[in-house]
Amino acid sequence: MATPGHAVSLEAQIDEWRSFLRRRQAIHAVDVTELEDHLREQVAVLTDAGLATDEAFLVAVKRMGALDEISREFAREHSDRLWKQLVVAPSEPGGRQAIVPTDAIVAFALAVAAAALVKVPALFGLDLDGDAGFYGRNASLFVLPLLTGYFAWKRQLDRRTVLWLAAAFAAAAVFANVYPFAPEGSTEVLTALHVPIALWLVVGIAYAGTRWNEVAGRMDFVRFSGELFIYYVLMALGGGLLTAFTVVMFNTIGINPETFIQSWLLPCGAAGAVLVAAWLVEAKQSVIENMAPVLTRLFTPLFAAVLVTFLGALLVTGHGVDIERDALIDFNLILVVVLALLLYSVSARDPRSSPGLFDGMQVVLVVSALVADAVALWAIAARITDLGFSANRVAALGVNAILLINLAWSAVLYVRFLRGSGSIGRVERWQTDYLPVYAAWSALVVIAFPPLFGYA
Amino acid sequence: MEINKDLVAASSTPIVLAILAEGDSYGYAILQRVRDLSGGRMAWTDGMLYPVLHRLERLGHVEARWEVSTGRRRRRYYRLTTRGRAQLAEERRQWQAVDATLRGIWRMLEPSGHPASAFPLPAGA
Repeated sequence: MATPGHAVSLEAQIDEWRSFLRRRQAIHAVDVTELEDHLREQVAVLTDAGLATDEAFLVAVKRMGALDEISREFAREHSDRLWKQLVVAPSEPGGRQAIVPTDAIVAFALAVAAAALVKVPALFGLDLDGDAGFYGRNASLFVLPLLTGYFAWKRQLDRRTVLWLAAAFAAAAVFANVYPFAPEGSTEVLTALHVPIALWLVVGIAYAGTRWNEVAGRMDFVRFSGELFIYYVLMALGGGLLTAFTVVMFNTIGINPETFIQSWLLPCGAAGAVLVAAWLVEAKQSVIENMAPVLTRLFTPLFAAVLVTFLGALLVTGHGVDIERDALIDFNLILVVVLALLLYSVSARDPRSSPGLFDGMQVVLVVSALVADAVALWAIAARITDLGFSANRVAALGVNAILLINLAWSAVLYVRFLRGSGSIGRVERWQTDYLPVYAAWSALVVIAFPPLFGYA
Repeated sequence: MEINKDLVAASSTPIVLAILAEGDSYGYAILQRVRDLSGGRMAWTDGMLYPVLHRLERLGHVEARWEVSTGRRRRRYYRLTTRGRAQLAEERRQWQAVDATLRGIWRMLEPSGHPASAFPLPAGA
């Protein structure tokens, strides 16, 4: 048995070793606990064999291996933890300074290009007011090819992949523009809504690069999308402030900047902001904590409470769901929000911690959303023949089915996880495997719906 | 004898799965068992075992649980799952194929008269 003096110094040494480990981003607290148990057992065995505790400690640490190598192995296995560090990868200050400016220059150049691209159709006499349909259908085509190009450059994609991605954009441009859409028809609106969703997958393939085939690669893209959305909203708020400022200032000197704002500042700013936001997400990951998971944690309980109350009210009052209006679209939005909450809480979850209260909440949220949606679907199914199959209704039904299948199976996997007969990784895998489904459905809507519904 | 890194990495999956097939275990004990089984020839760096275990866990081949060991330390035990068992069988078939091929090659390289009779080729492998 070690003397008390020895024991104290061993504890101090282990404390120091632990704090060294904790500094590694890739090694989490649970891993440190696991490794510490190992170290202590090794020390105990060695002291039993006759070594002094400090000697035993040294041998045990040596056997554990070089911290750099262990941390690299952990990083390779848990790429999610290093997501934040992927961009600012070289930790030595020199390397970092060399990389960030090039990135920034390319991103800002592309942002300017996107802003300019928005104005190119104006050269051919198409303006935002008169040709809103054209701009609506093509909005994503002004921006997403450049964003994809940015990632193709950053990830140094091979020629073949780049050609495929370009082909996807070309196909999107063709389908968005060849059909003779009726003015202000719903198929045109559907095309405008679905082209970006289909193309977002193309962005994802460029973003994930060679890692698209891995769950972790696709999950990183999901994380990126969430952060990009938040940055974009923040930039839009700033942009709004800037616009308000411009109006107020110029009005005081008798100049009305409205035309400038509507045809230049807003469209060009909105396009360029996507690229700047994408660059920011990549470059500033280590600066702020990932926001999407934080918001998820805040809002999951609240949304769950609202949904449960809604179901309760439905039961107590006996009111049916009013489907005269496009109630299905509202329910689609609810499912999208619930799916986002699920996705971003899974994306931030340490896959190796055991089920907790929050996971139970998540299941309540998903299940109550499913029940609410089932009620709405039931109401619609009963009356679908009177209502008729319009393009909007079929599109909404399709999206609803896709989300419903996703959430239902997620609920099953999640309940299995809660009951200890499955891992959270299954939910993650299911979610990331499902990503192409959204794009495939959107492509179907863009390609098949206009002719099917007479371009109305 | 130092076994090269790639070989250690490749063989770690079947070795860990096989050890867990004997019964639930934890990191230190698994490493101990590797040392015993290999007669000290396969000396892994201790810390490297854990990322391997975590990968197997992510793939669903093993499941982990925390238990409180003697001395009130928290210890992570790993258990082989049905999936892991299937993976072990698969690994075994693959390694037997590699093994059989290599044995054939060693025999070929052996000067005639001294075939590697100490390593009989497994039938059907």
